Amino acid sequence: MSEAVIEPTGGAGVVHDWSRDKQVFGVPWGKAMMWIFLLSDTFIFSCFLVGYMMVRISTTDPWPNPSEVFGLTVMGQSVPLLLIAIMTFVLITSSGTMALAVNMGYRKDRKKTFWLMLATAVLGATFVGMQAFEWTKLILEGVRPWENPFGAAQFGSSFFMITGFHGMHVSAGVIYLLIVAFRVRNGFYEKRGGNYEIVEIAGLYWHFVDLVWVFIFAFFYLW
Amino acid sequence: MGYVAIADRDHDIEHHDPDTFITKYIWSQDHKVIAIQYGITAIFVGVIALILSAMMRLQLGFPDTFSFITPENYYQFVTMHGMIMVIYLLTALFLGGFGNYLIPLMCGSRDMVFPYMNMLSFWVYLLSVIILLASFFVPGGSTGAGWTLYPPQAIMQGTPGTDWGIILMLASLGVFIIAFTMGGLNYVTTVLQARCRGMTLMRMPLSVWGIFIATVLGLLAFPALLVSAIMMLLDKTLMTSFFMPAISSFGQDPGYTGGSPILFQHLFWFFGHPEVYIVALPAFGIVSDLLSTHARKNIFGYRMMVWAIIAIGGLSFIVWAHHMYVSGMNPYFGFFFATTTLIIAVPTALKVYNWVLTLWEGNIHLRVPMLFAIGFIFTFIHGGLTGLFLGNVTIDLPLSDTYFVVAHFHMVMGVSPVLVVFGAIYHWWPKITGKMYNETLGKWHFWMTFLGTYAIYLPMHYLGFQGVPRRYFAMGNTDFMPASAQDLNAWITLSALFVAFTQILFFINVFWSLKSGKKADPNPWDATTLEWQTPDTPPKHGNWGHDLPECHRWAYDYSVPGYPDDFIPQNVPPEDAPAGRQHGVPEH
Ligand code: HEM
Ligand SMILES: [Cu+2]
Repeated sequence: MSEAVIEPTGGAGVVHDWSRDKQVFGVPWGKAMMWIFLLSDTFIFSCFLVGYMMVRISTTDPWPNPSEVFGLTVMGQSVPLLLIAIMTFVLITSSGTMALAVNMGYRKDRKKTFWLMLATAVLGATFVGMQAFEWTKLILEGVRPWENPFGAAQFGSSFFMITGFHGMHVSAGVIYLLIVAFRVRNGFYEKRGGNYEIVEIAGLYWHFVDLVWVFIFAFFYLW
Repeated sequence: MGYVAIADRDHDIEHHDPDTFITKYIWSQDHKVIAIQYGITAIFVGVIALILSAMMRLQLGFPDTFSFITPENYYQFVTMHGMIMVIYLLTALFLGGFGNYLIPLMCGSRDMVFPYMNMLSFWVYLLSVIILLASFFVPGGSTGAGWTLYPPQAIMQGTPGTDWGIILMLASLGVFIIAFTMGGLNYVTTVLQARCRGMTLMRMPLSVWGIFIATVLGLLAFPALLVSAIMMLLDKTLMTSFFMPAISSFGQDPGYTGGSPILFQHLFWFFGHPEVYIVALPAFGIVSDLLSTHARKNIFGYRMMVWAIIAIGGLSFIVWAHHMYVSGMNPYFGFFFATTTLIIAVPTALKVYNWVLTLWEGNIHLRVPMLFAIGFIFTFIHGGLTGLFLGNVTIDLPLSDTYFVVAHFHMVMGVSPVLVVFGAIYHWWPKITGKMYNETLGKWHFWMTFLGTYAIYLPMHYLGFQGVPRRYFAMGNTDFMPASAQDLNAWITLSALFVAFTQILFFINVFWSLKSGKKADPNPWDATTLEWQTPDTPPKHGNWGHDLPECHRWAYDYSVPGYPDDFIPQNVPPEDAPAGRQHGVPEH
């Protein structure tokens, strides 16, 4: 609008800024939509975690000690939470490579963007692989969604449900990253004005999945 | 991503108009076609839900008469009726139907920001409807757990439909949520990011505000339903014990241990209460626009109305446990939730006052949409007042699970939104189809529906006070109930059948209008909002022809002195408007 108006200040100014012409946020549509989606997804994971906490309170059987259940025996030594520590490390690292990929995307360095995204996807796939290993190990030890030898049945139920749901998010993310990465390499986005915002949008999703893992790690494995 | 879409392209460069029948009407990415697809599907399932309610009423009004309604059937009818009405009809119709149609047109955009995803949203919704309807035909039939699906009974032997019905119901809900999310992300992003030039948020018509905030609520509330559906599915299929305590069923131990049924109630109502506002807020918004247009007056207190919608939306997330007073809770929690519930009445009452004040000294045209809008004010005040009763713990305890509750929620979230749905269909019908409807038939439809619903629901309040319980197949020889209760029940049933058959008038009107209705004027109501200013009626793909509109004022410049017409459309440039109103009110 071309009106010469006196901009309001204070609370009214905040409203004025937010309701400004055409768009509220100075970001592309895809990015705005991803942020809103992640907000919704946050509520999903929060409900899962709250549900888990509540059944942990409600169950009458003792809760298994996570550091023992999730321990690995390395050279005769039992190391608590070893696998999880590695998994967490891998996932956090992938966040780092993702951030670099976003940077390279904005520099329009297609080659480096591609390789960094590929590395991110590989790290993500590694995470999922290690999770599959952990699931197998627990299943072999007799942990089932409906029962387990260590104590409260809800332990296995929540574990498989929450890590499964998160693992699906990571797997979807890996596919998403691969698609974008190969499109970057093929020059798909060159035909659309050479805009690499999509790398950042994929990155948003990826960082979110990592962040959720930190909460799962804290609430499920450390508590 | 953003470059594919056409929502805000100024000129339609490389604009492929869909040309085959399939791309135009079936796999369409046009928000208007998707809206109509949503609308038709939702109304179709709505009719099924209406038939189910008629069956229930037959049983209640004339017990021991209809051998084809068994107690099991009755529970299945209650459940499917409630679930379909709330989710598959009203949520889908308001957001998928009206949201899709109105948001781009009222905001001056060419389409939703991601039309492809928008199209997927409809097809996934259709899938969820098919799964839902399939549950009528599986062994054991559909679930009879009540629309609240409370465990443990929802998945225990003894409740109808515990074999497959409940599984399909939960699956269908999950699929619906995926569909809603794809659509909802589109609606929210379009409102936030793709309005036309000059369309600031504080100039948007209240219809868009209502739909917008309702969609935000949906995006934050449906997650709780999704999570509870997943957990219950696991409880049912994998024998986990999220919601299932140690319990014995027909003398046997099904093997559950240590879960929390109350957890389900919390999750469900964390979704369920905002859901009430998901169907109410779009109705609030639309009714504001209908009242203002047909009373030729600006809406009273526009900004207040916007803030009230936002406040109601926010508060709706902290009142959920008022549905759980009888489940038992810490008295301080009861106090908290009763207080927040009563606080939400403040912005709601404010809206009602503003609607009434909009009518005050207005130039009221009692056309069909206006009749429905005014009818809404009556039924909504009515249902709102009984809500104040139920919000208080001590009053709720004796009334809970009686017909008083049934009467309350039907008035407030059944009849009221449905009246707005009809009003809105009549109001936008000329734009959507390019044809006029039959006014006389519409008026008959209104009066018979409006008076008929009162005939149904007023007596239910009284039955509730008498203690007639909700969700009962038959009253049996319940001593505390006077014999006259049964006469009332028969009366209610006759009224319900009357109302159900009345809806045929609506469908006659629809088909008559499509076939031989008068060609509609592009702006038959002399309305200000942008959808009435499109170059074509019905609007073509891309909505605006060559140039996007530009918005210069709020949506409510009616009866402005010094202007030849009694309305100034939102896209009238400042130089053509009377002095002092160049930019409308209240935008400075
Ligand atoms: C003429 C129209 C309608 C009639 C005659 C009708 C009738 C009924 C009846 C007889 C019941 C069962 C009461 C019981 O046994 O406890 C019921 C339940 C219900 N109705 Fe309606 N209804 C109508 C419209 C609607 C609409 C438009 C909605 C939309 C919100 C709705 C939502 C519900 C819900 C949520 C339940 C509760 C289901 C349950 O207890 O699980 N109804 N209705
Ligand atoms: Cu509520």
